[in-house]
Amino acid sequence: MSTETQNQLPDTGDLAAVDQSAMKVSNEVAISIQNMNKWYGSFHVLRDIDLTVYRGERIVICGPSGSGKSTLIRCINALEEHQKGLIEVDGTVLSSDLKNIDKIRSEVGMCFQHFNLFPHLTILENCTLAPIWVRKIPKKEAEETAMHFLEKVKIPEQADKYPGQLSGGQQQRVAIARSLCMKPRIMLFDEPTSALDPEMIKEVLDTMIELAQEGMTMLCVTHEMGFARQVANRVIFMDAGQIVEQNEPEAFFTNPQNDRTKLFLSQILGH
Amino acid sequence: MSDTHAHSVAFVRKTEIPPAPPPASQTGIVKWLRENLFATWANGLLTIAALYVIYLVLSVILPWLFGGVWNTSSLAECREVLQGRVGGCFSVLTERWPQLIYGFTYPTDQYWRPNVAFLFMLVAIAPVLFFDLPRKLLYFTAAFPFVAYWLIWGGSILVPIVAAVGIIAGYFVFDRLNKSSFAAGFFGAIATAFVIWYLGGFLIPEDQSGAMLSPVPSRDLGGFMLNMMLGLTCVSLSLPLGIALALGRQSDMPFIKWICVIFIEFVRGVPLITLLFVASVMLAYLFPPGTTTDLFLRVVIMITMFSSAYIAEVIRGGLAALPKGQYEGADSLGLDYPQAMRLIILPQALKISIPGIVNIAVGLFKDTTLVSVISMFDVLGMIRGPILASTEWNGVYWELLGFASLLFFVTCYGISQYSQWLERRLATDHR
Repeated sequence: MSTETQNQLPDTGDLAAVDQSAMKVSNEVAISIQNMNKWYGSFHVLRDIDLTVYRGERIVICGPSGSGKSTLIRCINALEEHQKGLIEVDGTVLSSDLKNIDKIRSEVGMCFQHFNLFPHLTILENCTLAPIWVRKIPKKEAEETAMHFLEKVKIPEQADKYPGQLSGGQQQRVAIARSLCMKPRIMLFDEPTSALDPEMIKEVLDTMIELAQEGMTMLCVTHEMGFARQVANRVIFMDAGQIVEQNEPEAFFTNPQNDRTKLFLSQILGH
Repeated sequence: MSDTHAHSVAFVRKTEIPPAPPPASQTGIVKWLRENLFATWANGLLTIAALYVIYLVLSVILPWLFGGVWNTSSLAECREVLQGRVGGCFSVLTERWPQLIYGFTYPTDQYWRPNVAFLFMLVAIAPVLFFDLPRKLLYFTAAFPFVAYWLIWGGSILVPIVAAVGIIAGYFVFDRLNKSSFAAGFFGAIATAFVIWYLGGFLIPEDQSGAMLSPVPSRDLGGFMLNMMLGLTCVSLSLPLGIALALGRQSDMPFIKWICVIFIEFVRGVPLITLLFVASVMLAYLFPPGTTTDLFLRVVIMITMFSSAYIAEVIRGGLAALPKGQYEGADSLGLDYPQAMRLIILPQALKISIPGIVNIAVGLFKDTTLVSVISMFDVLGMIRGPILASTEWNGVYWELLGFASLLFFVTCYGISQYSQWLERRLATDHR
């Protein structure tokens, strides 16, 4: 492997400029994962995961497909069950108790690769549903909050349309707004741009950058290395269910230590 | 233009071409006939042959239909009036109209009661079927079963009132206890309702002769009214039961799951007519000794069981068709199981299941005629029994069976049209 590819920094394209120093990381722990293991049947998908996320951190998780990165963040809001180890979110230990799980889920927002908007509800109803039913907020107030966040993701004019009438990028921005309406303290992104056309990726990433600048704690599984370099304060590389390497983006991209990280970076940045 | 084009590419238009109508052979009815009926020689021949067959059929049916007799009092009189002419003896419909509609033992002077109940039914189901109507109308829908029961069966007004009070009390108990646990609310509500019904039973007088509406026993119900009552009751009961069974079959709790699977598989594996015989003869053994359960109620239980098993399977198909992401989307927002089902999963799954559910509803409605084999006189039972067996109308098959078919066809076609409207109305996915 040539040193040239190893030292290459990912191209940030025309993403909005970011001032990293403005995004402060506190030393308050948001998520703490200790010695977490998960199996699908006898297949060991996650092995001895130890990860502490501090409030205000923007963590990008990357790795080849099947490396367990999606499974990891899906364990944090209990969409997947872990079999061993401890996950603590916002001071609450994740147990199999349903009330506990619903509480954590209402504090942790999540965006999916395929958006998972509810096609039988309008954009506004998608955004107000959870605040009204989970947070018991009056409908009027929930609608005002929803319009505020729809304006923030720059699609207030689509509020009365149905998800099927929107483009992929718009749908993903609605999905972000829908999560934000619950006023979460942590946001999880599971490959939010992987199902989008290239020109729509930017609008979604710009929304995420804006969110990061407001101090949201974010965990993103993504292949957008430009975004990782510009926004993340930490990049985690996973392979075969393990955290192989983690570092600050600059060091991660220019000076990877593990051979598998080097190979992965050369493959996704080499062209 | 074409001749200049060969020599030079440049072209300037000097005269405007006036718009002209298309050739006559390319528009309107001529074009349609050519394309659809006489496209080739073979098509033309088939068209002519088909027209001839249609002519043959209509030439028999139309005189029979329009040359029919409507005002005689027996088949023999019909034959006299017709004098060998082709024509239906529709007098049987006019003369036996009350029997076809209400059965032959419903008190003649009380026909207004089912009529009023029928009008109330139209008002009660309107807000359920058309959700643009004011939601306040649903209170009327909720009261309708009790009012209709009282109108049709008569007797003491305390019976429907006690029934309603039991249900309302059960609802309040459910609402109270549901906050702590669903199971507590569910069983608490059922227990409350039973206690109130049991205590209320002492209030109801044994002797009902002085009641405002004279009591009519179930065996006196009949005719198309019976089909409507069975159809409406069983459809509206089996839909919620089917939803519960479908969700139960997907449950993670093995006990609930296996109860639902066994129920569905058992009921689907038995012919409806067997269940009806069980209802008429054997179900009495299952109830406490000394109690007699109304035949109508027993039949309703059996038909409801039967159709709810089918509806459960249709809804299970709808649930399976939903992408996993919908469940995850609901979960990730912190909605609990009842909320996720009610707000996200079921609205979509039921929408997918509409054609299947309607299929079963239509089938169920027509299957209500099977009660004639356990000697209940529904419209078909009336025709096969009292009417055809009478000396006046022995042998009038076409008119009577045609009329019964027409009644069922109109109702079922209406249901089918409604379901298509509903599907269009609910289409929000813009595929």
